Amino acid sequence: MELVWLIPALPVAGFLLLLAVGRKLDEPFAGVIGTLAVAGSFLVSCVVALDLMSQPEEKRQFVQTLWVWMPVGSFHVDFGFLLDPLSITMCLFITGIGALIHLYSIGYMKGDPAFGKFFMYLNLFVASMLLLVLGQNLLVTFLGWEGVGACSYWLISFWFDDKANATAGKKAFVTNRIGDCGFMLGTFLVWVTIGSIDYVEIGRSAGAVVGATATAVALLFFLAATGKSAQLPLFVWLPDAMAGPTPVSALIHAATMVTSGVFLLSRLSPIMEHAGWANDVIAWVGAATALLAAGAAVAQNDIKKVLAYSTVSQLGFMFIAIGSYNYTGAIFHMITHAFFKALLFLGAGSVILAMAHEQDMRRYGNLRKYIPVTFVTVGIGWLAISGIPPFAGFWSKDEILAGAWAVDGYGPALWAVGFVTAILTAFYMTRLMIMTFFGGVENWRNPELLADAEPEVPLGADADAVEGADGTGAEATLAHAATATDTHDDHHAHDEHHGLTPDHTPVESPTTMLVPLIVLAGLALIGGLLNLPFSHRLHFLKEWIHPVIVGEHELPEAAVLWVLAIVAITGAVVGIFFAYRVYQQRKVDPAKLEKPVLAHAWYIDDTYAAVVGGPGEAAFQGAADFDAGIVDGAVLGVAHGTDAAAKVLKPVQSGIVRTYAAGVAIGTVALAVFVIMRMGF
Amino acid sequence: MFALELVLTESWYLVLAAMLFSIGAAGLMIRRNLLVMFMCVELMLNAVNLSFVAFARGLDDVGGQAVVFFVLVVAAAEVVVGLGIIVAIMRRRQGSTADDISLMRG
Repeated sequence: MELVWLIPALPVAGFLLLLAVGRKLDEPFAGVIGTLAVAGSFLVSCVVALDLMSQPEEKRQFVQTLWVWMPVGSFHVDFGFLLDPLSITMCLFITGIGALIHLYSIGYMKGDPAFGKFFMYLNLFVASMLLLVLGQNLLVTFLGWEGVGACSYWLISFWFDDKANATAGKKAFVTNRIGDCGFMLGTFLVWVTIGSIDYVEIGRSAGAVVGATATAVALLFFLAATGKSAQLPLFVWLPDAMAGPTPVSALIHAATMVTSGVFLLSRLSPIMEHAGWANDVIAWVGAATALLAAGAAVAQNDIKKVLAYSTVSQLGFMFIAIGSYNYTGAIFHMITHAFFKALLFLGAGSVILAMAHEQDMRRYGNLRKYIPVTFVTVGIGWLAISGIPPFAGFWSKDEILAGAWAVDGYGPALWAVGFVTAILTAFYMTRLMIMTFFGGVENWRNPELLADAEPEVPLGADADAVEGADGTGAEATLAHAATATDTHDDHHAHDEHHGLTPDHTPVESPTTMLVPLIVLAGLALIGGLLNLPFSHRLHFLKEWIHPVIVGEHELPEAAVLWVLAIVAITGAVVGIFFAYRVYQQRKVDPAKLEKPVLAHAWYIDDTYAAVVGGPGEAAFQGAADFDAGIVDGAVLGVAHGTDAAAKVLKPVQSGIVRTYAAGVAIGTVALAVFVIMRMGF
Repeated sequence: MFALELVLTESWYLVLAAMLFSIGAAGLMIRRNLLVMFMCVELMLNAVNLSFVAFARGLDDVGGQAVVFFVLVVAAAEVVVGLGIIVAIMRRRQGSTADDISLMRG
């Protein structure tokens, strides 16, 4: 267990090495170094995990303090790691999936002029993420929290010579800052209440945090989570974050970073136990996010946008679980989601590469003939996310729905929202599958469809209405459209489709990309084994993280579970069948379903843009004017006053000593006269 | 024989000290020669010394005399520094007066 420091140290070493020599290395070597660093970290995680498993349950907590970070009076922060079942579980899937995605990136980023830089950022990201989950106290976690935010920013705007990508990175960064305020305020409040920010100490004295304080702490950290984990109201950055390279979307914006909010709240479960109605807020915000994002995913035509909204929606599921005290369900879903969503993103990347960087699904179709490996693996991911047994997603999603059902008071309502979301999930994922791999028509062979270069407009929708909305939309609402072909001449353009011609023949991706797909497909297939519901002996994950989690509620009894599971499976099948009718058999016009309001994600982003761009900007201008006029004016006024006074008084300093002597004499005499008069002589 | 009763009380000394001080102060303000101004300052210092001694006698307090020693020592030091400055100025500009040295005017 003493090896725990090596887990983040290896990616840091990889980062430093690439920082030093990354530019000089020939193409594959930078990727190999980055991949080996993370793979080594995964091996160390496995060793540490086995060591931890061999310990008796009560000894599965190991604190490694590397140095004293901030000794400030009674405020004392160590830089160290907390190793327990929760953190090592996170480490295992972060480094495992991270290594696979590094391997995949060697193929995906082939020929990119900034190849070495990409792996440098990826390694730094993995290191920060490991710091986040391994941190021994809130401040170390915060360091990792900010680190992943910074890496996310760099990687979203990795192809920054396209302005839209740079804007998307900025948007993610700024939106996350709002959440980070919550993190900092929450940390302060914990410190004031408990007198320590160590997780061990928080667990020990969480009883001291009661009532309103616990609610406030929980809500502040939930605000942090809404930023990082893309929940309402701060989810708007995640769909735009798809501007980054696809491996980044898979690693950061699907599998790891966006789940750190879920991790944080699970870590703080001793406080959440006392947080009262904050848990209701979390559950309902999660439910609303899940439903709205699933609705938005139905009308997206960019394959990565579908997956992005799907990620937001699945994260909503995890927060439903957190809010219903079902931490095992949240972490279980976090892991299975990491498997199948990373798989889906990497599969999408493989499709995008096969289709000459075209991301518009309306130009796909029938691809299963050309890229069979990608088709099969993405198909497994599709079944997993749709909730079809025995794939991984079914077990975890079902556990969350069961936990929601068991909530006091509004449980069935919460379950119903989750259920509708699950149907929508099955629907939009089937839509993605059919538009990409089935459909019978190879749409890119149709020159008219290729010429129509506005992927943001849903098929057959009223173009005027959408354009009107576009006008008010944020500039950051990414148009992957061909608006910036001229900026991309110097390297191969990733967001453009200029390579896609009617005679294009899709080619299967190289082996380095297919291996991660196959491994992840295997994990998406069997991931459910982590926590099967049938018997207590099969609750491996629950038993494993049980010592870390406080105040977990029990799931309903077996009979209820069976009924809920059967209803959920039926829902998923209905969703898939309906999508089959619409998109394969064309019984219903898709335009009737893909409303502009869905394509624009309920205009939430557009509303933000309008508010911040209109009254918001006016308010900011007002604040700036106040600063320039009143605050600066006061300071400058003092300076001008002093200057004017000096001009008046300057002649007194004549430089003639005798005048000064006369002044001293007159002053002395005047003083003497005054004293004598006052003293009554 | 008409004998003038002349009793020298300390008031005489104080009056003398006041006169010396006034002469020194007037000289300082009127004269422009640096050296003379310096001598005037010495005159004022010694006038104060005289008043200290007179008070020490009148009030029967030896503290006044002790202060005089300090003033003497400080005055000696001041003469050293002051004369050094005056000599340096005289070397640079022949026959200059105090009013010419007004580089620091506002």
